[in-house]
Amino acid sequence: MISARGLRKSFGDFEAVKGIDVDVRKGEAFGFLGPNGAGKSSTMRMIASVSPVTSGELRIFGLDPATDGPAIRGRLGVCPQEDTLDNELNVFDNLYIYGRYFGIDRATCRDRANELLEFAQITEKAKSKVEDLSGGMKRRLTIARSLINNPDLLLLDEPTTGLDPQARHVLWDQLFRLKQAGVTLVITTHYMDEAEQLCDRLVVMDKGVIAAEGSPRELIEAHSTREVAELRFGVGEHEALAEKIEDLGDRVEVLPDRLLVYSDRGEDVVTAVIERGLQPIATLVRRSTLEDVFLRLTGRSLAD
Amino acid sequence: MATTPTRPTRPTRTDRPTGTLSAWEGMARQYDYWLTVYKRTWRGGVISSFATPLFYVVAMGVLLGGFIDADPSRLEGATSYLAFIVPGLVAAHAMTIAVSESTYPVMGAIKWHKTFFAQLATPLAVRDLVNAFVAFVVFRVASACAVFMLVLAPFGVFESWWGPVLAWLSQVLVGTAFALLTFGYSARLRSEEGFGVLFRLGVLPLTLFSGAFFPITNLGPVLEWVARLTPLWHGVSLSRMLCLDTVDWSLAGINVAVLVILCVVGWRWSVTGLDKRLEV
Repeated sequence: MISARGLRKSFGDFEAVKGIDVDVRKGEAFGFLGPNGAGKSSTMRMIASVSPVTSGELRIFGLDPATDGPAIRGRLGVCPQEDTLDNELNVFDNLYIYGRYFGIDRATCRDRANELLEFAQITEKAKSKVEDLSGGMKRRLTIARSLINNPDLLLLDEPTTGLDPQARHVLWDQLFRLKQAGVTLVITTHYMDEAEQLCDRLVVMDKGVIAAEGSPRELIEAHSTREVAELRFGVGEHEALAEKIEDLGDRVEVLPDRLLVYSDRGEDVVTAVIERGLQPIATLVRRSTLEDVFLRLTGRSLAD
Repeated sequence: MATTPTRPTRPTRTDRPTGTLSAWEGMARQYDYWLTVYKRTWRGGVISSFATPLFYVVAMGVLLGGFIDADPSRLEGATSYLAFIVPGLVAAHAMTIAVSESTYPVMGAIKWHKTFFAQLATPLAVRDLVNAFVAFVVFRVASACAVFMLVLAPFGVFESWWGPVLAWLSQVLVGTAFALLTFGYSARLRSEEGFGVLFRLGVLPLTLFSGAFFPITNLGPVLEWVARLTPLWHGVSLSRMLCLDTVDWSLAGINVAVLVILCVVGWRWSVTGLDKRLEV
């Protein structure tokens, strides 16, 4: 579906994407994980065929965005980071009119719009103004709009940013259904739980380059231990204490508010720490996540 | 060049080798959008499109005009000041509508509502957005000028039946040129403060000094030539010659040529401006 080789994007002197290779296969959910400013959105806009490629090769459905942009966009669904819904149209018209841009005839457009209202669970809001919708509903409407042309490939840029936990879960459920229906999904996110939930395969991006690639499980296995012991001590003590427990795990990360000890046996780490006479304020043993992978690969956490 | 596979379950009109839509198809796909915009905004348009110029005609043409001796030799062939002022006023009005419809709405579609960004994520291209937008503005100009000319017809200000029809076309041409020029300006503008400058230093002086209210020969030889270089004067000149049946066809040819050239330049200016602005 997507093939990129040495893909670059520059804005003046600033290089947002510094030569990435990506392949997305039909039917998979593919993720770009990385902090803000990693180059994810720039990559997405190039894939969406609205932002010209600076250099390198990009093919979507085997077509070149530079010459076949409209044909590619006709088969894409795009859910941008910022809602671009038309506030002056009602909910139904947002879907209907968007469908017309794709050259879909009026009757089909109406049917599709009604189906999608149902899918997005906003049928009763059909005649409402967009402004009157909640954040979660707007997002669902944006996703519904991106599906009006039955896209072969759906691009979702930070789909759940700014949503409350419940709204996120509703959205994830819907994306999951789309995936099961065979729609290829490409998702950017800076939430590692979202990437773990939704993506079959992902690349970790940082500063315009790809730091690692694989399924969430493969990435965790390759770049982290099975478990992590989180230890919280008093303010300012973490740096000094790190040296004292270095030997207890494969690796120790110092965060401003806690120490992370990477080990396949987290409970044993906690026991050993206490045996050494150290008294953490709080401890937590958990499984490694993509956040740990990111920390390992870049030396920074995703929130930075 | 590869073509996309044809799928029977959905429209295949996007399946063109080069992927570009014809200009007509690009606009046709936005028809429903602009229809809803029109349904929502036509009431407000009626006031500004018809009432405002009517006030001008009454105040300047009838009341102020009552004090002016109508000497056709000094009024470019008009038998009354009202007959002199009407063709120019309508041309100036075409410009005003075109400019105001191409300022804030363009900036809104880029900056506030981001309509253009949403539209560009579909098979539509930048030139399709410009074409449909300007077509809508031209429709507003054309309908406003048509109603206006019809209302004025019974007042004996037109000298032939075909002249006013061609004059109306010339007013539409003025609207098109100004819509395109303004669109290009608005597409490049970062802040709406630039619109104040445009209205005060562009629209207002053009309205006052391009021959709509008085013959530009009154300006003196130097300023008269400056006035002749303004786009609006070419529209006023055409509109008036046609309404008063005093057409100098070689001058009319120049007037039309200038306005058509401005349309072409304005279209390029709009497409390149919007293209640059929407590329992020």
